[in-house]
Amino acid sequence: MTLLLEIRDLHVQALGEEGEWQEIVHGVSLELRPSEVLGLIGESGAGKSTLGLAALGYARRGVRLVRGSIRLHGEELLGAPYERLRQIRGHRVTYVAQSAAAAFNPAYRIEDQCIEAAVEHGILSEAEARAEARRLFARLRLPDPERFGQRYPHQVSGGQLQRAMTVMAMVPRPDLVVFDEPTTALDVTTQIEVLAAIKTAIESERLAAIYITHDLALVVQIAHRILVLKDGREVEAGPTATILEHPREAYTRALIQVRRRFRPERPRPEGAPLLEVRGVEAAYGALRVLADVNLALWRGRTVAVVGESGSGKTTLARVITGLLPPRRGEVRLDGRSLALSYRQRHRDELRRIQLVYQMPDVALNPRQTVEEIIGRPLTFYFGLRGAERRRRVEQLLESVELPPGFADRYPRELSGGQKQRVAIARALAAEPEVMICDEVTSALDVQVAEAVLRLLLDLQERTGIAYLYITHDLATVKAIADEIVVMLQGRVVESGPKSEVLRPPHHPYTATLLASVPEMEMGWLDRILTERGLPDAGSPSPASAAASGT
Amino acid sequence: MHPILALVLRRLALGALSLWAVSLLIFAGTEILPGDVAEAMLGQSATPEAVAAIRRELGLDRPAWERYLDWLVGLLQGDLGTSYANRMPVAELVGERLANTLFLAGVAAAVAVPLAVGLGIAAVRWRESVLDRLLSAMTLSAISMPEFFIGYALIYLFAVTWPLAPPIATVYPGMDLAARLKVVVLPVAALALVTVAHMMRMTRAAILNVMESPYIETAELKGLARSRIVLRHALPNALSPIINVIVINLAYLVVGVVVVEVVFVYPGLGQLMVDAVAKRDVPLVQACGMIFAATYILLNLTADVLAILTNPRLLHPR
Repeated sequence: MTLLLEIRDLHVQALGEEGEWQEIVHGVSLELRPSEVLGLIGESGAGKSTLGLAALGYARRGVRLVRGSIRLHGEELLGAPYERLRQIRGHRVTYVAQSAAAAFNPAYRIEDQCIEAAVEHGILSEAEARAEARRLFARLRLPDPERFGQRYPHQVSGGQLQRAMTVMAMVPRPDLVVFDEPTTALDVTTQIEVLAAIKTAIESERLAAIYITHDLALVVQIAHRILVLKDGREVEAGPTATILEHPREAYTRALIQVRRRFRPERPRPEGAPLLEVRGVEAAYGALRVLADVNLALWRGRTVAVVGESGSGKTTLARVITGLLPPRRGEVRLDGRSLALSYRQRHRDELRRIQLVYQMPDVALNPRQTVEEIIGRPLTFYFGLRGAERRRRVEQLLESVELPPGFADRYPRELSGGQKQRVAIARALAAEPEVMICDEVTSALDVQVAEAVLRLLLDLQERTGIAYLYITHDLATVKAIADEIVVMLQGRVVESGPKSEVLRPPHHPYTATLLASVPEMEMGWLDRILTERGLPDAGSPSPASAAASGT
Repeated sequence: MHPILALVLRRLALGALSLWAVSLLIFAGTEILPGDVAEAMLGQSATPEAVAAIRRELGLDRPAWERYLDWLVGLLQGDLGTSYANRMPVAELVGERLANTLFLAGVAAAVAVPLAVGLGIAAVRWRESVLDRLLSAMTLSAISMPEFFIGYALIYLFAVTWPLAPPIATVYPGMDLAARLKVVVLPVAALALVTVAHMMRMTRAAILNVMESPYIETAELKGLARSRIVLRHALPNALSPIINVIVINLAYLVVGVVVVEVVFVYPGLGQLMVDAVAKRDVPLVQACGMIFAATYILLNLTADVLAILTNPRLLHPR
C-alpha cells in the first residue's frame, strides 16, 4: 500500500534560554496512508505541534529539524529547497491552528482568506475557489454560506471561525490536513459541534489528517490510529481500538483512566449548612451577571458549580469572598450573615473562606519565595514568625506532597502542577473551613490535574474541609462532587445531589452539557449526533458529497 | 460610516480646543519675552519719552487680556495683525515664506516618504541580509549626525568638491518650478537623510512586530511568496504606527527645519520667525507660532483618522 506521509527517526532541536540548541523530539517515526486519520496525543511539551508542523516541512522560529526523514508521496521534505516547500504548503498539506481567532488576518474578509492558497497556487480560479469555499461553508454547517465569508474574523464567533479555518484548509483540496488542537480553545458544547463538523468534512472529502490533541476522548472519536507521545518520544502507537482496549504502556493506561474515576456520593449530613448563598444578584456596572443564585455547602463536602465561560461561576466566587459586593441577597457562614464587602469582614471570617485561582502563574508573586508566599497568611492570621513559621511552612508543603526544601524556591523554579500545590498550601495555611477552587486544574495537563484532584480529596478526608469547586469540566465533577449546581447565564438552572443531577430527567441545558463530555469510547460522537437528530457524521457517501457540490 | 464621522467631528472639536490653548500659551510666551519692541526699534536713541510714545502708538499700554482678545478676534476673522517692525500686514510677510516652507517640505516628503516605506519593507522582506544590515548601519549614522553637520557636509561634497548643485538655495517670486527644484536639491537631500532614517527604522520595526503574529504563520503555511506575506498580510496591520511616524516627520519638515534653512540660506518661515524674535516683532512671532501649532494639530488629526480607517474592527463593527 502506498504511503502518503512517512516520517522516520525525526530529531528536532529548539533554542534554549541561554541560546543553546536542545533536542525536543528524539527520533519519532510515523506513517499515514491516504484517507487515514492519525491521532497525535500527549501533554504540553510532548512535541505534538512540532511534529504536526514538520509534516509541512515547517519549523517555527527558534526550532530546527535536525535529522531523520519526512517523505510526502516519497519526496523528501527535510532539507528541500524553500521554493519547493512553498509549493507543498497550502497545496498538498494544509494546517488548522488551535486558535482560529489569532490565525485569521484581522484585515481581510473570511472568504478572501479561505480561497487565497488555492488561487495563489493556481489550483482553482478565483470563481471556482469561491464556489468551493461556499460549498464547504455549507458542509461545515456555517450559517448563510453564501454570505458568511463576506464577514471579517472579528464579526463571527470562535466556533464559527474554527470551522472557517477548516474550510480554509480544505479549499485547496490537499492530500493531508494537520489539525492542531482545533477545539481546545472552545467551550464544551461548541467543542463537539466543531468536532462533528470536522469529522463530517474529513470523511466526506476522504481526506487524510493528523489530529493533534491532549484529550484522548476526543481523538478516539475521529482517528483510525493513535500515536501517544511523551517528552518528544513515542510511547506507543496502534489502531484506536487497540490503544483504547489493550494499552501496553502504563502512561497510556493513565491517560485512559483519567475520565473513568467516580467517587461515590456521600449522604448529606444533618443540621444547618456551613456556607449558604441566598438570593444573590450581582452586576458589573449595568451588566447583571448573577440573578437569584442560591447554594448551600455542608462541612466536609464538595459542591461543584458547573457552566460555560460567561455563566457567572467566577463572579459567584467573588461574591462569596466579598471581592464583589452583591446588589441583593446575602452570604451566610455557620448561620451568621457575612458583611457584603471583605473590607467589613472580621479577620477570622476572612480566614475561614479561602480562594484558589485558575492560573497559578499569575496568582503567585514571582518576587517572593515559597516560604514568603505560604508564610504571609501564617503571620497575618496566627502571628507566626521566624523558626516557628518556617516549621509550619514545611508541614504545609508536606501536606501538599512537596519536599520541605521547596520553601526556598521562587515560583519560576516550579512546574505548573507544583505552583498549584503551593497555591493550595497557601490557602490551607489559613486553616479554612471552606475552600473555593476556581478551575484549579484547567490550566494543568491531564495527569498533573489528576494528581492535584487526588490531593484535594485526600485533604478533605483528613481535615474535613468543604470545597466549592468551580469548573466547566463534567468529568472532574463526576470524580469529586457530592452535589452539583448547574449555571447558565447567571442563573442556577439545576442543583442537587450528584446522583439526582446526573440522572434523567435533566434540565435541557444540563442534558446538553452532559452529552458534550466526550466519553472514552469509540463511536460516542456518532451516537450523540444521532440522538440529537443531526446528520450522522459517520456515514460518508459520495452521493451526498456530490449533491452538496451542485 | 456614521460612527466614524462622529469620531472625526469629535477629533476636530478637540483640535480646535487645543489650538485655542496654544494661542494662550503663545500670547503668554510673547508677554514674558524679555526686552521690548520699542527699545529694540529705537536702539541708542531710546529715551523714556520716545519709548512711551511708541508703546502708546502700538497699543502696548493697554492691559494684556484686552490685547489678547483683540488678537484672538482678529485671528478668527483671518486677520493676523500688523508687523511692529515695518508696519506691513503680517499675512503678507508670512504668505510667501509659508509657501516656500511648504514647497521645501513637500519636495522633501515626496522623496523621503516613499523611499523610507519602501526601504523599510525591503529590509523586512530580506531580513538579516546584507541589505538589511547595510540599511540599519546607514540609518543609524544618519540619525546620529546633527542636521547642520549633514548640511555642511553636503555643501562641502556636492557644491565645493564636486560642484553638482548650488550651495545656497535662493528662491524668489516668479522663479519657475524647474529652477526652484534645482536650487533646493541639497536642502532636500539633507532633510530626506534625517527623516528617511527615522521613518525607515520605524516602518521596519512596525512590520516586524506584526510578523510575529500567528496569522503570519498561517500565511507561511499557505505557502505564499515572502513578498506577498510582507505586503498583503503584515503591512496592512502595521499601517497605524507607520502613519504615525510619517506624520511626525511631516510635521518636523514644516516646523523644525529652521537649522537647515539657515545653513542653506533658504527664505522659509522658520528663518522669518527667528528674525522676528530678535526684533521683538510680537505679531509676527505669534502668527508663525499659530501656523506651526495648527500644522501639528492638523497632521496629528489626519494620522488619527487614517489609523481608524485602517482598522477593520472600527470600520466594520460587529
